[in-house]
Amino acid sequence: MIAKNTNISIPDFTLSPRIDQVGVEERASRFTKRSIKAETKKNGLLLTLNMIDLTTLEGKDTKGKVQQLCYKAQHLHDAYPGLPTVAAVCVYPSMVKIAKDALGTSGVKVAAVATAFPSGQAPRDVKIRDTKFAVAEGADEIDMVISRGKFLEGEYNFVFDEIAAIKETCGNARLKVILETGELVTYDKVRRASDIAMYAGADFIKTSTGKISPAATMPVTLVMLEAIRDFYYKTGKMIAMKPAGGISKSKLALHYLVMLQETLGTAWMNNEWFRFGASSLANDVLMLLEKERTGVYQSANYFSID
Amino acid sequence: MTRLEVLKTYKIYIGGQFPRTESGRYYTPKNKAGQAFANICLSSRKDFRDAVVAARNAFGGWSAKAAFNRGQILYRIAEMLEGRKAQFIDELIKQDSTTKQAEAEVNTCIDRLIYYAGWCDKFQQVMGSVNPVASSHFNFSVPEPTGVVAIVAPQQTSLLGLVSVIAPVIAGGNTCIVLASETKPLCAVTFAEVLNSSDVSGGVVNILTGKPGELVKYFADHMDVNSIIYCENDVETKKLIQEKASLNVKRVVLYDKIKWNTDEAETPYFIMDTQEIKTTWHPIENIGGAKAGY
Repeated sequence: MIAKNTNISIPDFTLSPRIDQVGVEERASRFTKRSIKAETKKNGLLLTLNMIDLTTLEGKDTKGKVQQLCYKAQHLHDAYPGLPTVAAVCVYPSMVKIAKDALGTSGVKVAAVATAFPSGQAPRDVKIRDTKFAVAEGADEIDMVISRGKFLEGEYNFVFDEIAAIKETCGNARLKVILETGELVTYDKVRRASDIAMYAGADFIKTSTGKISPAATMPVTLVMLEAIRDFYYKTGKMIAMKPAGGISKSKLALHYLVMLQETLGTAWMNNEWFRFGASSLANDVLMLLEKERTGVYQSANYFSID
Repeated sequence: MTRLEVLKTYKIYIGGQFPRTESGRYYTPKNKAGQAFANICLSSRKDFRDAVVAARNAFGGWSAKAAFNRGQILYRIAEMLEGRKAQFIDELIKQDSTTKQAEAEVNTCIDRLIYYAGWCDKFQQVMGSVNPVASSHFNFSVPEPTGVVAIVAPQQTSLLGLVSVIAPVIAGGNTCIVLASETKPLCAVTFAEVLNSSDVSGGVVNILTGKPGELVKYFADHMDVNSIIYCENDVETKKLIQEKASLNVKRVVLYDKIKWNTDEAETPYFIMDTQEIKTTWHPIENIGGAKAGY
């Protein structure tokens, strides 16, 4: 078996490295204890804003809600001069066109969740059509979910082929593969699913849909970052990472950046290679930036509604 | 063999928890005889920041409670305080009170809590009004809690000043962060234990210990604080508070001449100091057969 776009031979995924649970949790907790000084903190916060995929994925999403989110993506907090935009806006396929029009030439990308998000319980041709539709509407990025049921049954070939098929459908759009780590239960399985996704052609691996608890955690993200590192050493190909769900505080976001820097290095420290899937994180970061600028603790009353 | 006495650790009270200060700093207040009586947390602005977050989170639940229920909870605080009277008297004596003074102070505190417990479901009627207007509207005004209140408690007393400023604020449905007396902080921490065991949800009252000089600036300029109460008569500090509070138009309340051990320290107007008046215009044709013009 040869993966698309690469000449990499596919390993036996049953032999993916096993993860030392205690070790990885202990290692992840160390990243929360770094001392970050004022100037570095400010740069980290600005970088965090620039890495956010501002997300709305609800049944009650409307055209107005998506347009409002797109406005926010470009005008995070106009009172603060020189803020970056977020990286992307993440919506359902039916909202892609609306988002695309609202974002215009701002450079903010549109990501669409496809493949019967969030459960992924649909036949493959439906998933492919879902993806095709999103791409045709103009999505720059596709967030797909893996078939967790099949994965847990040990049908790794099925999961691999499905990701490869979606990757082919994506064309120029970058593919994010959501593992939904909250349903995979163990770190061993997270590692194995990461390996499958990367070898099958994922551009990003992403932790969660945000619909299942627990969503992204630091240890799970660390396991995935280490999978990316091993993949890079083996193949020379960089894969991007997106933790999503449950990251709503700027302090936590800074811990993730420390983890990213110390695991993958400077090459990954930009929104091409790392994203935060979040909706309420932006406001918390903005409040902290304003606090650093004015010296005064802020109130949510003076920031946009999420 | 003599027994080693187990000394109490005095911690601060934030969001229903008893953490140590995040700053890791402590100070040791002394009584008149020069004896150090405890190691006390020297709270930092970050402790205050955390306390404001806790108070803001608690505000929705506390202000939405039925006024009658808030009254019951204030009454419960009084009951618990009565039960731990001996401990408070003991602490007051350590902080230079005579036995007689200490007993009087604790009794006044208990009575004052009962006083405000009674007002919880009454001040809206007494202070609210139905207003005469010249159009066919039913027009009425009611007081509503302003939100999160930052309080620098009276510095001369350990318990009485603290209770006298907290009670009207929470009776009105606000949540608060209180900085205890710098030189007499013992009772504040013990009072936090009373609050913690008397149905007051975590975050409604948060108690810090430390130096007003360090913290008052942050009390005054925090954008998520709606009102600040200051009970001393320091002109410079009052000026600082008024300037900083203008940032988000905080309600500034100055109690600089109140004698806390007298009846003048008990009035529903203290509740009104941290209330906002909401006026509602309700379209209506006529009220009553006499076509009253209100």
